[in-house]
Amino acid sequence: MRTDISKINESTPYTELTEGLQIYAGGTTKYFNTGEWRNNTPVFHEDKCKQCLLCAPVCPDSCIPVKDGKRGEFDLEHCKGCGICVKNCPFGALEMKEGVN
Amino acid sequence: MAIRERMSGNEAVSYAIKQINPDVMPAFPITPSTEIPQMVSNYIANGEMDTEFIPVESEHSSMSAAIGAEAAGARSLTATSSAGLAFMWEELLLAASNRMPLALALVNRTLSGPLNINCDHTDGMGARDTGWIQIYAENNQEAYDNFIQAYRIAEHKDVRLPIMICQDGFITSHAVENIELLEDTPVKEFVGEYQPEEYLLNPGKPMAVGPYAVSNFVMEARKNQLIALENAKQVILDVAKDFAKISGREYGLFEEYRTEDADYIMVLIGSAAGTAKEAVDMMRAEGHKVGVLKLRVFRPFPAEEIAEVLKNAKAVAIMDRAESYNGNGGVLGNEIDAGLFKKKYMVDTVNYIYGLGGRDFTVAHTMQIFHQLQDMVENGTEVEQYQYVGIRN
Repeated sequence: MRTDISKINESTPYTELTEGLQIYAGGTTKYFNTGEWRNNTPVFHEDKCKQCLLCAPVCPDSCIPVKDGKRGEFDLEHCKGCGICVKNCPFGALEMKEGVN
Repeated sequence: MAIRERMSGNEAVSYAIKQINPDVMPAFPITPSTEIPQMVSNYIANGEMDTEFIPVESEHSSMSAAIGAEAAGARSLTATSSAGLAFMWEELLLAASNRMPLALALVNRTLSGPLNINCDHTDGMGARDTGWIQIYAENNQEAYDNFIQAYRIAEHKDVRLPIMICQDGFITSHAVENIELLEDTPVKEFVGEYQPEEYLLNPGKPMAVGPYAVSNFVMEARKNQLIALENAKQVILDVAKDFAKISGREYGLFEEYRTEDADYIMVLIGSAAGTAKEAVDMMRAEGHKVGVLKLRVFRPFPAEEIAEVLKNAKAVAIMDRAESYNGNGGVLGNEIDAGLFKKKYMVDTVNYIYGLGGRDFTVAHTMQIFHQLQDMVENGTEVEQYQYVGIRN
């Protein structure tokens, strides 16, 4: 039986949980806000960005959305602030700031 | 038609694996279980089965690979002993909590130290709290029969837990005895194909196995796991009934040997039961009312069922082939005492530690133990409640 994720929460009785807490659905990690683990936050300077898109594929958490060949703002709900994108940007369009926001 | 053969316990289990022909077997050699992956590899090399054998670099890896294969949707298994099982400890709990119905052929051997390669139950008892089903064999026939039944129990929809099929190292694993094998077709029909409802390599149906659970979910997950283990009790009995139809051999949670009217009962696990039964026959011939309860299913532990058998005995010898170091007895001694106490059956029990590191356990030992129980009950002699059998002093 496929899991209806919307029906499982922290009040769900044990009789209604899945075997071994297995999740029978895809893409469910987006419901888990891991951005709150972050200590440092990347900042996007759009004016310096050449849209080379070297940053998007190196993000371990897929937090740089790309649409119509252009990157957009960071998905800070899931960015853990690792800074890999900043190191990878050849144009200084990304920088790390201390703090969660 | 049954096939009459002579085989060691390791040969018998390997033959069962060949007949079942599971999908994946990762394994790493360790005495005395090494022969099992070795023989299975031979069967594969000879084209007699097509299991994917993965030679791994450790038992940590063999259990990890078995779990991975099982999660992917394959029927998997491995074999090990002693330190190998200890090295799997973390994965044993993962296999059970992730509800992976894989099988493990455990050939019981002691754990260091002192360094020793021979039989006792230190390894199996060490895994008692990992959530696995554990079934023990007295001889090669039972090791074979238990393995044929293993997947039917583990994969049952009410259970879905890993299963350990245990036999005594060297005593059972290497001694050659007569055995009655089943033919391939009835075995394959009995075991059936593995058809999991959900598995990782299922296109279009994504799933996650072993996700992180915050505190609000852990107790509920454990409760469900416990229910599954408790369900295994009935499933084990049902599968045994079906197995009797194809083999003529009957199994329960334990075997009662001349316990019906017995005043004195010895409880034990594994190969020593054969020795104890021989002693019971000899003492019965002299008019002593003695019997043996041989535990087959250790997990789930049939505490109440055992208590019902022991309740009318005058005294019970509980035999542990492993030290627990709690200073108050062995695992069986404690768990059976607890079961009796909860049912309010005030039966005298004496807990004996025996056969550690392959030490012989003989008919004479059994008779001495029964005589000690008789002396305690009939003459009021004080008996040490927790003692080592045959220790030099």
